[in-house]
Amino acid sequence: MKIQEADAKSLLVAQGLPVPTWELARTPAEIKAAAGRFFEAGLARVVIKAQVLVGGRGKAGGVKLAASADEAADVGSRILGMDIKGITVRKVIVAGALDIEKEYYVGAIIDRATRRIVLMASAEGGVEIEEVARQNPGAIHRVSADSELGLLTFQARGLGLAVGLRDTLLSQFVAIAQGLYATMKANDADLVEVNPLAVVTETAADGSRVQKLVCLDAKITLDDSGLARHPGLESLRDNDEEDPTDAQARKLGINFIRLDGSIGCMVNGAGLAMTTMDLVKHYGGEPANFLDVGGGARRETVCGAMELILEDPNVKAILVNIFGGITRGDEVAAGLIEARAAQSREVPMVVRIVGTNAAQAARLLREAHLETATSLDEAAEKAVALARRATR
Amino acid sequence: MSILVGNDTRLVVQGITGREGEFHTRAAIAYGTRVVAGTRPGKGGQMAIDGTVPIFDTVVEAVAQSGANTSVIYIPASGAPDAILEAVDAGIKTIICITEGIPALDMIPVVEAVRLAGARLIGPNCPGATSPGRAKVGIIPASVHMPGRVGVVSRSGTLTYEAVQAMTDAGLGQSTCVGIGGDPIIGTTFLDVLKLFRDDPETEAIVMIGEIGGSAEEEAAAFAAEHLRNVPMAAFIAGRTAPPGRRMGHAGAIISGGSGTAAEKIAALEAAGVRVADSPTQLPKLLLEAGFRP
Repeated sequence: MKIQEADAKSLLVAQGLPVPTWELARTPAEIKAAAGRFFEAGLARVVIKAQVLVGGRGKAGGVKLAASADEAADVGSRILGMDIKGITVRKVIVAGALDIEKEYYVGAIIDRATRRIVLMASAEGGVEIEEVARQNPGAIHRVSADSELGLLTFQARGLGLAVGLRDTLLSQFVAIAQGLYATMKANDADLVEVNPLAVVTETAADGSRVQKLVCLDAKITLDDSGLARHPGLESLRDNDEEDPTDAQARKLGINFIRLDGSIGCMVNGAGLAMTTMDLVKHYGGEPANFLDVGGGARRETVCGAMELILEDPNVKAILVNIFGGITRGDEVAAGLIEARAAQSREVPMVVRIVGTNAAQAARLLREAHLETATSLDEAAEKAVALARRATR
Repeated sequence: MSILVGNDTRLVVQGITGREGEFHTRAAIAYGTRVVAGTRPGKGGQMAIDGTVPIFDTVVEAVAQSGANTSVIYIPASGAPDAILEAVDAGIKTIICITEGIPALDMIPVVEAVRLAGARLIGPNCPGATSPGRAKVGIIPASVHMPGRVGVVSRSGTLTYEAVQAMTDAGLGQSTCVGIGGDPIIGTTFLDVLKLFRDDPETEAIVMIGEIGGSAEEEAAAFAAEHLRNVPMAAFIAGRTAPPGRRMGHAGAIISGGSGTAAEKIAALEAAGVRVADSPTQLPKLLLEAGFRP
């Protein structure tokens, strides 16, 4: 589950990480009031950042500076309602714009290859880390945390030294890197990223200037499998941004991703669902969705899944591909027949059910006069042909 | 011979009294697998599966009294990591964990403990392993298999069945079929299984079923290029049409930052001399083209 920057920052603060204060605002008036408070606190400019769960906000014009409260309201009113990669901006972060001397990157991920939590850091911060990885992989330094003891101080220090930090900034970096690790463990996150981790200069009480590392942005994704044991985190799910279809799919316990083709797919198992999409494409069609009904899918799930597919007006044909293992073919067939009787519109469908209870399924499908296929290739070809005929 | 499971397998089922545990234990016994024990804390001394399999409170007792050497786990995600560690502690060397939905962070210390104990964990979130005609451990339907000399290794569940069925339909039997699971942290990788197949005298050809996400297929390709040039190999990679940045179903399948794509994996495999199929049904043909004579 992805969470918004503001929520990610709160999780970092909870682990004691240095995050400059911010305010969340949903209207130009709220933006103006928040900006006013930063100006009163002595800041010269504020930054207004769109809160959306997609990358590339800056490039899309969703991050802007303002030098007065009125300007903040004006700039903010243009960011609110903006469309960023299909998502409408409903809220923004308002924060003081700090004097940044240098930007670093630091992140914690679950690494499949080493089977550990890996901390990554780079002196090339403030830009997309994927871009750095492509163009200058040597600029990204990595260290694997111990599976029992976590990220040890010498490991964090080695990472800080590798990106060129020294003295007090180095000791601050060690605390931040260990804080990212702690954030990951505390929330069952699979990614905790700070980009940029910025060096800013502050004026101390005695008037001297001091350098400090602060987390200016935060990105966290949570492991869905861990959510059940963190009841508090469920409230961070952004319902504003969750597509109603996604919410419905989650309730049904199925995995569903809308695509832009014309052939609706219903499959059990993620790998087989991807393969079914690939074969639809291979035979000249375009899949309308990825849909994994999961293991042991029952009648209600099948009916719900069918409704989700039919909600998409682009769907001209449906391909059902079930390889029964835990899932019983006859249950799926019965569900399909029931869904067919109740459905809102007529869409041609081809059904392939093999494996557990396939013979009973075949009899049910035959009695209901549903078009069937034996092999996956045959099913994909038939679905593509049905979609073509329906489009004509 | 075969790998991982076979004639020497003496299986203990952790969670034998649960719905999945009981259902798949019946199927395993029907297939001829030697199921010697089950565990369910508090039901020790009773019998499961129509009075045919003794239940023990702990895995240690199951091992001591039944000589179990392999374990399969059908225990919910909250208890599965502990169940793996209990099997390790009892000295079991082959542990197959079917459970899905285990938080990835829970698995990090578990895979390390398994490694330190010199044991092998398959999964979690995997369909298990079958050596056709000998033993079936896990949830792969018996009907798809046929004994033979092709080793099959896969990251998927139902897609594994599809690929194995295609082999069987074409008359190409299997030595062992292994589903390694699709989670980010798993006990046994493609690479590990390829090494086992290389060392198995009864495996003469290999089929690998991969997916988008991660770099396990690329690592396997590098190994194949160096050590399996003389072994006929064919592969299928699911997710050619998957959109980047979206998690396709389970935690494993995601294209992130432009890496982990099907195109990259296919290129790596082809460069290693592995034939890559457009559809699972083409796999038998590709193996024959690669020189496999069943």
